[in-house]
Amino acid sequence: MKALLKYREIWLLAAVAVLIGLISTRFPAFADPGNLRQVFNDTSILMILALGQMVVILTRSIDLSMASNLCFTGMVVAMLNAAHPAIPIPLLIVIALAVGLVLGAINGLLVWRLNIPSIVVTLGTLTIYRGATFVLSGGAWVNADKMSPDFIGFQRAALLGIPVLSWIAILVIALFFVLMTRTALGRSIYAIGVNPTASVYTGIDVGRTKFIVFCVSGMVGGLAGYLWISRYVIASVEVANGYELNIIAACVIGGISIAGGIGSVGGAVLGALFLGIISNALPVINISPFWQMAISGSAIILAVVLNARGERQQGRVILRKVEAA
Amino acid sequence: MSDVPAPRHIPDRLDKPLSSAIFSWEALLVLVAVAIFAINSVASPYFLDPYSLSDLTFNFTEKGLIAFAMALLIISGEIDLSVAAIIALASTLMGMAVQAGAGTPELVLIGIVVGLGCGAFNGLLVTRLGLPSIVVTIGTMSLFRGIAFIILGDQAYKGYPESFAFFGQGYVWWVVSFELVLFFIAAVVYWFVLHRTSFGRRVFAIGNNPVAAQFSGVRVGRIKFILFCLTGLMSGIASVLITSRLGSTRPSIAQGYELEVITMVVLGGVSILGGAGSIVGVVLAALIMGLVTFGLGLLNVPGIVMSIFIGLLLIVVIALPIVWRRLRGNR
Repeated sequence: MKALLKYREIWLLAAVAVLIGLISTRFPAFADPGNLRQVFNDTSILMILALGQMVVILTRSIDLSMASNLCFTGMVVAMLNAAHPAIPIPLLIVIALAVGLVLGAINGLLVWRLNIPSIVVTLGTLTIYRGATFVLSGGAWVNADKMSPDFIGFQRAALLGIPVLSWIAILVIALFFVLMTRTALGRSIYAIGVNPTASVYTGIDVGRTKFIVFCVSGMVGGLAGYLWISRYVIASVEVANGYELNIIAACVIGGISIAGGIGSVGGAVLGALFLGIISNALPVINISPFWQMAISGSAIILAVVLNARGERQQGRVILRKVEAA
Repeated sequence: MSDVPAPRHIPDRLDKPLSSAIFSWEALLVLVAVAIFAINSVASPYFLDPYSLSDLTFNFTEKGLIAFAMALLIISGEIDLSVAAIIALASTLMGMAVQAGAGTPELVLIGIVVGLGCGAFNGLLVTRLGLPSIVVTIGTMSLFRGIAFIILGDQAYKGYPESFAFFGQGYVWWVVSFELVLFFIAAVVYWFVLHRTSFGRRVFAIGNNPVAAQFSGVRVGRIKFILFCLTGLMSGIASVLITSRLGSTRPSIAQGYELEVITMVVLGGVSILGGAGSIVGVVLAALIMGLVTFGLGLLNVPGIVMSIFIGLLLIVVIALPIVWRRLRGNR
């Protein structure tokens, strides 16, 4: 099992390398370490979000509300900053995490306590959270000139030559790596995805774990909310509209099975990087950005086709045997 | 286990006692619809006017048409997130045809054929390659709309022939629009197919247990393929209607419709896990969503706030019976 996971990531890594190679044949400067660092920085937010989505998908659930959560939390943080510029940025980040946590916990409670399928719950909260952003802001925007210099500058400050945004992404990746590979919670998240019934018998509280997973994706969405707003320096109701599907796309390309139980931190990160490289590369190799959507769509389909080969056997073997008999 | 006698008589249709009809999902939806209708007519003096009510129908007819096919697809345990992208692609290709001098019949044909083709593409990927439909259609959603963006960029197609306007703007009789008539015809056809034919029975069987269905001789793959084609077809038809109503095509046309269609289906009582649902429920859900959007619109509530109501409605209507059952169970 572990060998298979490694195998998958190595292939994905190779795909990313080939992609960079192809791009640099047309635009050599793309493979510069400086430029790659820039691409990593540009993709940081998507990577963070993909990791949050990953833990949800691993438990056979889905969180469609992440982009709306990002939008709402981003607005809260931006309005707080506009009204009280004195609030230090670390405190704002804690507030963003807390607001995201509350929104995630609402999803989690509905899934856990009422047993409503997560796709239905988050389809509802997707529209509710974005609508709530409108109610909160009255439809107004928070522009760059209302944000404090610290608010905008925090993630851009360089630490050892790398922007703080990238460091935050690295920290989040490390935390998720520890969570998924070194803790009982991570193990039970995988167990639930592979076999929920067996998980109950081994003493895992499936409902509670799902609740925790939604809290995690909520916190991640909240953190991404601050990062997104301070990066693109505008908070409006339209922020990250439809982005939930990009997050899921990153996970799918990263080899995370929508059926649960299969996927890794490395996969989610590489999947997000793959999309990030494409969106960064198109302008420099003179392809109209209008091609981006179709290209990432094709990449998703290709990724599912390739990943499905590994996953299909388990479920179908029994059926084939019976058919043959 | 073997000493339980086999039932001598299995009815083709279970007789439902009156009480179950009263407490059914559809009854709950009727109640919600009547309540919203009443609130609307009290809240705005402009609501109870045949012409306003006629305008109201455009809020749900196009999405409702897709929702019927989507209901069958979801009952069979699959889903199609690419319906809005199919609308965009079909509309873009219709726009291209207009530039090439196509007439109204060709345009309608193109819309329908493109829709059917996209649906068949989804169906092939899901049934032939055995891929999960939610991921496949997230992919084709980007692909179809992406092609529309490649063709159109930030431009728009205009100049549709005058006779083409009938589909989205025409009235069959007094205030009854062509779209509304089509909606009800489709409702009857889908009701008949789902609830009165062996095909419909097989769709339920697949949704409840695909493996058991396969062993009882149901061609699971083929039926799922047909359902994807149907969903594509209905999206193509919806594309003709929307393009005709707006009279122009942009690649961002019908953005976000897929989630509204699915909300409609789920609100209509179709189980997202497959195996249960009814067309009557979907019709009522379409009506409710149309009433909510239109009523709030008359009160000058912005569209984004309306979406809060739709989202809340979805969660509350699904949570209520669960809470209700639990409260009764605890007593």
